[in-house]
Amino acid sequence: MQPDPVYTVVPVTGRLDTATTTAFEKQCVKLISEGISHIVLDLTGLQYISSSGLRSILVVAKKLQANDGALALCNPGGIVQEVISISGFDNIFPVYDNLEALATHSAGE
Amino acid sequence: MADAAASSRVFPATIDEYPRIVDFVGEKAAAAGVPQKRLPHLRLAVEEAVVNICHYAYHAQSGKIEVRIEHAGGEFSVRLADNGVPFDPLTAAVPDITLSISERQSGGLGIFLIRRMMDDVHYERRAEQNILTLVLRTDT
Repeated sequence: MQPDPVYTVVPVTGRLDTATTTAFEKQCVKLISEGISHIVLDLTGLQYISSSGLRSILVVAKKLQANDGALALCNPGGIVQEVISISGFDNIFPVYDNLEALATHSAGE
Repeated sequence: MADAAASSRVFPATIDEYPRIVDFVGEKAAAAGVPQKRLPHLRLAVEEAVVNICHYAYHAQSGKIEVRIEHAGGEFSVRLADNGVPFDPLTAAVPDITLSISERQSGGLGIFLIRRMMDDVHYERRAEQNILTLVLRTDT
């Protein structure tokens, strides 16, 4: 039986919008270039997401998928949870209430 | 009888400026008594609309956006007028939100969110201007 994949936790805090998506994507692309194939975005501290944020999440997910990896989301709240639901992102990504459900390690470990 | 209130301000149409437009609208909305839970929806819709104007009406060249706010008859409306090229955001294809990750395209999400967050959205092209109006009903 295949072991469960280990997810690298990427906390996303504050806002994910036009001003902040570039840095977020760069951070994820760097992890992918280091061989990371499974990423969980910890959205606990994320207060706001716009369509730019959704687009950048999709870009990262497509890159992970191209390497047989996957993206998961954790603990969206407030308007972030609404936007994720409205846009159907909760159908294409697993959304966890907390990180306990996954085998994880932090980026840089 | 509630007073009809209106205010307007002109802003540069640059990506750096959108937070100030969002804050302007947010403050007017709070002062007008728009329900707290709609304020994040309004702020998001305004951001999406302004970013679209900067990209598609002005192609990232310099321009101005006139933001006019009205609160009357149970409706709080935000009217965004620009002098850019004809750009009707309502004609964007609706994203298919049932597609898989590899199939999903990223276009059209901004206007999709605007439509879902607001109670009504209108567009008209008049006197060389794009005019996009976002409406929240405040009497329900």
